[in-house]
Amino acid sequence: MSFNLRKDSKGVVVVGVDGQLIVGNRQELKQKVLDALEGGAKKFVIDFSRTGYIDSSGLGVLVSLSKKIREQGGDLRLAGLNEDLQTLFELTKLDTLFSILKTPEEAVAAF
Amino acid sequence: MATPPAPPLRLVVRRRGREGQPLEFSLAVPSDLACVGDAVELVALQCRAGPLSVRRLAFNLRTALAEALTNAITYGSHRNPAKLVQVRVEVTVQAVVIRVQDVGAGFDPALVPDPTVPANVAKEDGRGLFVLRHLVDQVTFNPKGNVICLTLRGG
Repeated sequence: MSFNLRKDSKGVVVVGVDGQLIVGNRQELKQKVLDALEGGAKKFVIDFSRTGYIDSSGLGVLVSLSKKIREQGGDLRLAGLNEDLQTLFELTKLDTLFSILKTPEEAVAAF
Repeated sequence: MATPPAPPLRLVVRRRGREGQPLEFSLAVPSDLACVGDAVELVALQCRAGPLSVRRLAFNLRTALAEALTNAITYGSHRNPAKLVQVRVEVTVQAVVIRVQDVGAGFDPALVPDPTVPANVAKEDGRGLFVLRHLVDQVTFNPKGNVICLTLRGG
């Protein structure tokens, strides 16, 4: 499992979550995104196209990051959720907190 | 900073089927959150020959077990790695039954707040039990509240 960060030509940071986002690796994601935020990035997309599962700790870190990014005047968007992950966000009503787009390309273009 | 490596886990197969597939096995997990991912993968791997679809094995079982282990390690063992969380799994033709036991004082699941009410939706934590309940077919606790039993029926 790993997190890959890339910055596109519009300055949007796209973070790919490979494998799972769970209690054991959420701090790693948090630190990477916060480092980019500190480096001046404001627009973030988390890409779950290659993600198997997310536990509630992973959901919690997304809530935390979203708050911190908004405090800095930025925005965090989610993309690439499969049907199960989409259902997880709907069940927990987190779909009301996040802007969720079908693909990372759409999420980047929507900024 | 990279996540530190988790301690190795040892799985004990207690009963096998005619073709050698594990029907009952157990795992002692140190109360270190870094162990959760490896423990989940180990259990999921052993359940491959069971009645769950690839999708339910990949998502429902993994997520639900991760939640149960995280709760046991965090609230039962207070993240003391010397304390072990016992996982016992039974695979039948109809279902996979997972029992997770911690050494803590237990809790009353009825007192856990609903994370989906407006006042709680934006909170960072408190969704574990709610998520778990939606991913498996049956959740039961022992009276003390330190053993949770998850049943995932085949399909």
